[in-house]
Amino acid sequence: MTDFGSALGAALSLVIRLDPDLAEIVLLSLKVSVGAVFLATLIGMPLGAAVALFRFPGRTAIVVMLNALMGLPPVVVGLIVYLILSRAGPLGVLGLLFTPAAMIIAQVVLVMPIIAALTRQVIEDLWTEYEEQLRSLGAGPGRALTALLWDGRFTLMTAVLAGFGRASAEVGAVMIVGGNIDHVTRVMTTAIALEVSKGDLALALGLGIILIVLSTGINGAAFVLKEAAQRRHAG
Amino acid sequence: MTAPSTLPVSTSILPLEFYRVSFEAGGKRLIKDLSCIFAAGPSTIILGPNGAGKSLLLRLCHGLLKPSAGQIIWHGAKGRDPSAHQAMVFQRPVMLRRSVAANVDYALALRGVPRRRRRDMVAESLTETGLARLAHHPARVLSFGEQQRLALARAWALMPQVLFLDEPTANLDPAATHTVERVITAIHAAGTQVIMTTHDLGQARRLADEILFLHRGRLLEKGPADAFFAGPRNDLARAFLRGELLWRRPRDDDSDQETRNG
Repeated sequence: MTDFGSALGAALSLVIRLDPDLAEIVLLSLKVSVGAVFLATLIGMPLGAAVALFRFPGRTAIVVMLNALMGLPPVVVGLIVYLILSRAGPLGVLGLLFTPAAMIIAQVVLVMPIIAALTRQVIEDLWTEYEEQLRSLGAGPGRALTALLWDGRFTLMTAVLAGFGRASAEVGAVMIVGGNIDHVTRVMTTAIALEVSKGDLALALGLGIILIVLSTGINGAAFVLKEAAQRRHAG
Repeated sequence: MTAPSTLPVSTSILPLEFYRVSFEAGGKRLIKDLSCIFAAGPSTIILGPNGAGKSLLLRLCHGLLKPSAGQIIWHGAKGRDPSAHQAMVFQRPVMLRRSVAANVDYALALRGVPRRRRRDMVAESLTETGLARLAHHPARVLSFGEQQRLALARAWALMPQVLFLDEPTANLDPAATHTVERVITAIHAAGTQVIMTTHDLGQARRLADEILFLHRGRLLEKGPADAFFAGPRNDLARAFLRGELLWRRPRDDDSDQETRNG
C-alpha cells in the first residue's frame, strides 16, 4: 500500500510540474494515435460505405478480411508490419522501421477494420431509409455515398472513437515496430510497460493516470458534442 | 400562382404507356397484366383498397421498380432521360440531416442546377409552401405536416413534368392535409402532371380529374372523376365507394374481372 501511495504521490507531482520527459511521451502518443485514426478514417469510412452500398466482385472477400482484421492481436499486426518494413522486407528501402511513421502504419492496420466495419453497419441502416428518396432525386452512387456519410456523421463519430480507443490502448504493435526508443518512439503504453519492468512505478502510474484522463476526456467531450448535435437535428 | 420561370419549357415526356405490365415479388404477382396510358393534362388519382398495388404502380411509373414483364414507355421522352423530369413525394418524407433550405438545395444540385440560380429557386419554393420562416431550421425537427410540405417544396423547386405522390396526407391532420392539397393544386396549376394515390375519397373528389381504380393488382376502371364518382361501372369500385370492406369478398373475382371490366 505504501508503495502504491508513494508512487501515486510521485506520479501526481510529475503530472503537476509537467515533467518534460513525460510531456514528450504524451505528445508523441497523441501524434501517433491521432494520426493513425485520421488515416484509418480516410480509408475505412469510404471503404465501409462502399461495401454497404455496392455489390462488386471481391466484396465478400473484403467483408471477410475486415472482420478477420478486426480481431487481430496487436502483436501479430506489429510483427507483420515489422517484417514488411525491416531492411530485408518489401518496403525496407523506405527505412521506416523504428520511427513514429512505422507506428502509425501499424495502428492504421489495427484501427481501419474497426472503422470500416462500423461504418458499413451505419451506412447500411441509413441506406434502407434513404434509398428510394435518393434514387428518386437522381443521386448517383457517388453522391448517395457522400450524402449518407454526411447524414451518419454523429453515429460515425462513435466508430472513430472506437478506433481511437484501440489505437491509444495497444502496446504490442507500437512496441515491435517502434522499438520503444527513448525520445524517438517511446509512447505512453510502451513507457508504462518498460517502467513497470524497471520498477519505476511512479512514472508508470503517472503515465497511466494521464492515459485514462485523456481517453475519458476525449470520449466524454465527443459524447457531449454528439448528443448536442443530435438533439439539434432530431436524430 | 406562378411557376418558377427559370427552367426552360420543353415538350412533355408524356404520355406514359403501360403495356401488359406485371410485377412479381416473392413469387406473388402483385401487378397483373396492366395496360393503360397516362396522358398529359388531367390530375390522376389512383384509388383502391390496401394491397391493391397503388404504391407499386407509382414506383413502376417512377422507375424505382422494374416490371417483371411488359413495357413502360415514356412516349415523349425522345432520347431524353425521363427520370430527370419526374419527382416523387413519399408517404413518409425522408429528410436529410441538414437545414430546410439545404434539403431543397441538395435536390436542385443533384439535377445540376448551377449554384447561383439555386438560392432564388429554394427561396421561392419555400415561400410557396409556407416554410420560408423555417428555412434555417434543421429539417428533422419539423412536424410531420411541415416535413411533408418540405417534400413538396423540394418537388416544387425541381419543377418536374410529372409529380408522383404516394398517399401524401395519410398521416396528417385536416389542417395539414388542407395545406398539402393547396400546394398540390398549385403545382398542378403550374403545369406539372400530378399522379397520386390516396385512401381518402374526399381528397380524391377534391383533387382528381381522372380516376384509376385498382384492386388486387388489376386495373378495374379508368375514367373521368365526375363519371366515376357519379357511378362507377365496376361493381367492386361501386362497393369501394359505398365504403364496403372489399377484402371480405371471396377470391373468385380474380378470374372474372377482366370480362366485367371490358
